Amino acid sequence: MHTEPADMDIISLVLKGDQNAYSILVDRYKNYVFTIVLRYIKSREDAEEVAQDVFIKAYRSLAAFKGDSKFSTWLYTVTTTTCITFLRKKKLEVHSLDNERVFEVADSVDSGMSANQIEQKSKVNMVNEAIKMLSPDDAQVITLFYKGEQTLEEIAQIMGKEPNAVKVQLHRARGRLKEKMEKYFSAEVRDI
Amino acid sequence: MKDTFNIPLEEDEIEVKLWEYIDGLAKADEMSAIEKLVQENAEWKAKYQELLEVHESLNLVELEQPSLRFTKNVMEEIARLQIAPAAKQYINSKIIWGIGGFFITVIVSFLVYGLAQIDWSTSQSVNTGVLDKITDADYTKVFNNTFVNVFIMLNVVLGLMLFDRYLNDKKKKLMKEA
Repeated sequence: MHTEPADMDIISLVLKGDQNAYSILVDRYKNYVFTIVLRYIKSREDAEEVAQDVFIKAYRSLAAFKGDSKFSTWLYTVTTTTCITFLRKKKLEVHSLDNERVFEVADSVDSGMSANQIEQKSKVNMVNEAIKMLSPDDAQVITLFYKGEQTLEEIAQIMGKEPNAVKVQLHRARGRLKEKMEKYFSAEVRDI
Repeated sequence: MKDTFNIPLEEDEIEVKLWEYIDGLAKADEMSAIEKLVQENAEWKAKYQELLEVHESLNLVELEQPSLRFTKNVMEEIARLQIAPAAKQYINSKIIWGIGGFFITVIVSFLVYGLAQIDWSTSQSVNTGVLDKITDADYTKVFNNTFVNVFIMLNVVLGLMLFDRYLNDKKKKLMKEA
């Protein structure tokens, strides 16, 4: 039976000089990293650049990864710090739940769609849109928990918080997501 | 509201308990208590259905995908940024000292041999220095034909080539280990 090589086996190959083996890790985690980056940086172009930077930084620091945590946890930590550094440097405007402009954007998105278009939007897209309206921290905690296969303890490590604080944030983030879905996508919720 | 938890729970607290139940993070005794409440209590049941729907929706969310060239771009950048280990890491200091020692021995040997050849008792002009006396030394006793000189030069060149090859091998080995 064919099984995919474990992260640590690939890392070991890379550290021994097999540079091409790193492409397996990039392929394995690019969607996760890109999704997390998009929770912070709304522009896809910038997000792609930052996501690439994450993998380059991770490669250069690979020797420092001792395997104390999962590689994904370590990689998402690099992702978070790279995003924060990027935002600090660029001083980009971050869309958040508390930002008035988000409400304007959400309203314009909503009003710009015909009834037919709204009906056609899938449930998945609706949830995705609602996640985009959350603060980066809320969106990240939801993404890491549901898609990143991370435990609360691992998310706490990635975000530099206490596990209990992450647990509370996850509860609240889901609550806020529910509110968003009800407020902006209530028509679709009814249809679904 | 009085319930199995023996304390009145607010709506927010019910939500927290239900999320713990849905996420599988509640303690074993709490899990069974919540399960019972969800089955028997209308308020808990309604709230549970509501949260479960959000939970299932979140599980359906797909990951975003970067461009098709993403991996290629990363790998190209990595290849370009490859940093060679510092020179001091792959040059063995013992070899450097060995080569230095060899040349110093050769120079000292020539000087000693040259000085030993000088006839210090011979009277020469005042301007004649020690260096002139050294160059006057007869080295032909050691290197007395062209064949020997060519042989030595050939060996020196071969030695340098082998040394260069050794350093290259050492460098490659260290780069693989890094």
